[in-house]
Amino acid sequence: MIEKNGIAAIELYKQEFPEDENTLLKPKAIIECYKEIPCNPCETSCPFDAIHVGEDINARPQIDFDKCTGCGICAYSCPGLAISIRALDKESDKAEMKFPYEFIPRPTKGQMINIVDRAGKKLTKGKVLNVIDKPRQNKTALIHIEMDKKYLYDAATVEVII
Amino acid sequence: MQEKEVIIVGAGPAGLMAAYKILEAGANVTLIDRNRNLGGQLIKQTHKFFGSEKQYASKRGIDIMNILIDKIKAYEDRLEILNETSVVGMYKDKVIACLKGDTFFKLKGKSIIVATGASEKSIPFENNDLPGVYAAGAVQTLMNEYGVKPGDKVVMVGSGNIGLIVSYQLLQAGVKVKALVEAAPKISGYLVHASKIQRLGVDIKTSTSIKKAIGKDSVEKVEIWDLDPTWQGIEGSEQILDVDTVCISVGLAPLTELMQQLGAEVRYIKELGGNVPVIDARYQTTVKGVYACGDVVGIEEASSAMVEGKITGLNVLEDLGYNVLDSRQALKAYHEELKFLRDGPHASKVRSGYLKRGMLT
Repeated sequence: MIEKNGIAAIELYKQEFPEDENTLLKPKAIIECYKEIPCNPCETSCPFDAIHVGEDINARPQIDFDKCTGCGICAYSCPGLAISIRALDKESDKAEMKFPYEFIPRPTKGQMINIVDRAGKKLTKGKVLNVIDKPRQNKTALIHIEMDKKYLYDAATVEVII
Repeated sequence: MQEKEVIIVGAGPAGLMAAYKILEAGANVTLIDRNRNLGGQLIKQTHKFFGSEKQYASKRGIDIMNILIDKIKAYEDRLEILNETSVVGMYKDKVIACLKGDTFFKLKGKSIIVATGASEKSIPFENNDLPGVYAAGAVQTLMNEYGVKPGDKVVMVGSGNIGLIVSYQLLQAGVKVKALVEAAPKISGYLVHASKIQRLGVDIKTSTSIKKAIGKDSVEKVEIWDLDPTWQGIEGSEQILDVDTVCISVGLAPLTELMQQLGAEVRYIKELGGNVPVIDARYQTTVKGVYACGDVVGIEEASSAMVEGKITGLNVLEDLGYNVLDSRQALKAYHEELKFLRDGPHASKVRSGYLKRGMLT
């Protein structure tokens, strides 16, 4: 239970995904911000006006998947590291995810890496497709990984490389 | 004795922001801090801040510190910085006694702003005086300000934002965080911070507390146990954790000693962290011309402290007769900012504290 251990239950995080899985044939931001906190950089950073928080910055963000391009700006702007970008590949059995990463060393492109779920349990191995680490991200890298389609919902991050 | 226009005690987020507002309007500021670096706790805040753009959300605390320092240093001709200087006395005629190294001196201010912040609380348990038992903020200072690793395997006690954030920063420093224990049945900090460390393998255990630290010369192990609904430890539920470091993060207490010495009225408001100075809506204490803002008037986030600093700065300028353009509108907007920062479910304690204070804005 999220309020006891920080682990969102499957019913909770599935709600944050588009209802129609085909929407994810294009990358979309999945926002896992389950409790009201005074915070709105997701809204103000989005160049496509796809995320709405509103005047009361305690409101939970609402995303418009039609407007979201999956660019990833919100994912490195969110102070809670609560946003990931997820997509399904049209032609293969792969899913892709971009998520914020603030550890050194960074993973390297092409590396096989352990993917974990929201409880930190190892799920599978995935391939690092890219590491996006531009100065404007201010040290929050985005790691772009590819994994088996069946982990689209359960993947949370990767094991920290030591 | 030197007379100063505005003396600010404490150069954290509240003090720096107050200094900026006052300097911007053309007044003179003497900014005093006991540390070598300005910025208070901002220097060790390596994470991105919450809030809105008005409070520099999404910027890291240490970057916000540099922004604020740059802002005040633009007025170098009217700014006097007394760092590594402790204010050891404060009197009703607005005279303060300072100690810098071995040098003792007194200053008098037309207005004084007390922005001394807070200190960390602790909890009693067997062997809590063993080396290896730290306050979480102290660990953050060691790691992020001085580059010193506090230990190799840590148990964090307390799930407020500081406990959650310092756990994350320990992981970033390559330290193992074996568990985070929280006596309450629910996580008290932001859930996004909790989820962030849980997915990196930190076991968060609610309704659990530390029973004792074990070790000869320093912490070698720690015993934790489950708590029943009346917060009593359950015999037989003990578990041993193999750790060399205990981080205590069980809340902060406002640093009100100077206020008490001054004779300003102080009131115990549990929800605000303990003894806090009585202030009016202008952040003036019961001693005319002495103001207080930031964590010293109630434990909140740095974002609120910065807004309070702005409000206090404008009110002090008004006392001193400076005509600040659109001051009224600005004050209204700042109070509105505070209202939103104090509006969510996480700020319910602060809200009831301000209700008791009779100044819920």
